[in-house]
Amino acid sequence: MIPGRQEPTRFEEFMEGIWKQNPVFVMVLGMCPALAVTVSAVNALAMGLATTFVLLGSTLLVSLMRKWVPREVRIATYIVIIATFVTVVDYLIAAISLALYEALGAFIQLIVVNCIILGRAEAHASRNPPGRALINATGMGIGFTIGLFALGSVREILGAGKLFGVALFGPEFQPWVIMVLPPGGFFVLGAWLLLFNWLKTRGAASGKPAEANVHA
Amino acid sequence: MTSRIELRAAPHVSKGASVERIMFNVVVALLPICAFAVVQYGLSALALIVTTTLTCMASERLFNRLAGRPAALSDWSAAITGLLLALTLPPAFPLWMAAVAGFVAIALGKALFGGIGYNVFNPALVGRAFVQAAFPAAITTWVPAYYDGRFTAFIPTTLTAPLMTPPNLSEWVGRHAVDGFTGATPMARWKFENQIAEVGDFLSGMATASVGETSAPLILICGLFLAVRGFLDWRIPVAVLGSAMLLALVFHLADPGRYPPPVFVLLSGGLVLGAVFMATDMATSPVTPLGVWLYGALIGALTVVIRYFGGLTEGVMYAILIGNALAPLLDQLTPPRVFGQARGGLRDHFRRKPETRP
Repeated sequence: MIPGRQEPTRFEEFMEGIWKQNPVFVMVLGMCPALAVTVSAVNALAMGLATTFVLLGSTLLVSLMRKWVPREVRIATYIVIIATFVTVVDYLIAAISLALYEALGAFIQLIVVNCIILGRAEAHASRNPPGRALINATGMGIGFTIGLFALGSVREILGAGKLFGVALFGPEFQPWVIMVLPPGGFFVLGAWLLLFNWLKTRGAASGKPAEANVHA
Repeated sequence: MTSRIELRAAPHVSKGASVERIMFNVVVALLPICAFAVVQYGLSALALIVTTTLTCMASERLFNRLAGRPAALSDWSAAITGLLLALTLPPAFPLWMAAVAGFVAIALGKALFGGIGYNVFNPALVGRAFVQAAFPAAITTWVPAYYDGRFTAFIPTTLTAPLMTPPNLSEWVGRHAVDGFTGATPMARWKFENQIAEVGDFLSGMATASVGETSAPLILICGLFLAVRGFLDWRIPVAVLGSAMLLALVFHLADPGRYPPPVFVLLSGGLVLGAVFMATDMATSPVTPLGVWLYGALIGALTVVIRYFGGLTEGVMYAILIGNALAPLLDQLTPPRVFGQARGGLRDHFRRKPETRP
């Protein structure tokens, strides 16, 4: 803790990942899965939940072991911990739904190198007690899942006329092919970032003090 | 125009041109092409032109308001984007898709970069590139020109309900087709069936094509009108058409059985329309004399390369977009020599030893 700085409340800790430091819309982390697997809402949710699971597990372990891990080998330790949970989630998804497992492909294994997880371990879990670290990780996981779902739902609605596989516009719907292609991912992500930034700057411009100043 | 304050160094000589005046002249130059398109394709073409123009102007107004810029539709630039966009679309294109294209053209192509004068890419082509990727089937559905009853009824696909798939046109085309209509553009016929269209077809507008690209002479006359009045850099179309023709000639001479004669390359597709009205967009083309020539030559050569070796039959759109992306770079590499100063730019850059290059 930085001296003189007030410790954030539990609620603020939880909300940080959802709004102020949202991994997708503010920190722009984990872009690889965010762009690659969000062609449908189900894929996006599954990816978000898998990442959240790994994030929670690794955060708990890293936080518990934070006093015994030597500084010099901390990153290697984190990676081993994260890889353990990724292996668990990899087998779990394959056991629950093989179709989903094939749709997500290599991106499940790639959770190992997701910078949100390593970033949380380094910046938060290794410096905070388990309870506080878990609250923060839950918020981050939910924030990441919301971000992926925001991308995936728009891309599925326009790209296939469906949401969670349910047709919204009838059989005559004309799919927007570009939305399930990589450019569509970039366009939708850009549009969401634009909306998020617009909402933030609008809040700042209307005279409301920025949230950062309230906590400072 | 957004601001009346003019700050500039001497000499204070004015050509009398303003954004409004230039843009208005471009609109005037585009109107005959639009009129010819309506003669050829009737109500559907008219509805298409009106739809894209209105969508572009409405989007322009919306984004100017959101960005806090004065909502200046009077500069005509949004109208030009709309007109040009319609001219690049096939006549049977559903109106709701045209509206999507118009919105994307202004939103992605222009408003995001800061509005008029700040856009990196030609907005109309950004809109077309988006719908080409989004609706690949609709944008390659062609209908014959001068079909009967074009002034009393729409082509069935034109009035497709929003978000819905347009109906299959083959039965309708069968009833309306003039003899010899194949449902493919001359370029597609060359590419896939190795047939070369008659030059006469291109001049009379009989060739299957997008709304505004059927008559090369008309486009050239309208371009000449702008060039004579000084609102269009004549070097760009000359460079585009010249380099396309040269490259096509080289290929044709190397293998006449496989590659078409240069005149076919020049007249088919959107090359003339793109060279005259799109590559010459002032905000997205270079300003230095050498840069302009390089830019035009690059677009012409890329068009031929994409047409001959790419997966698509038409390459003008992507060639111009790539040219737009390189325009600022070309400007930087080719500064004109200032009187009394040492040389700079491209020639000097390569003459120097690599370690002393700036």
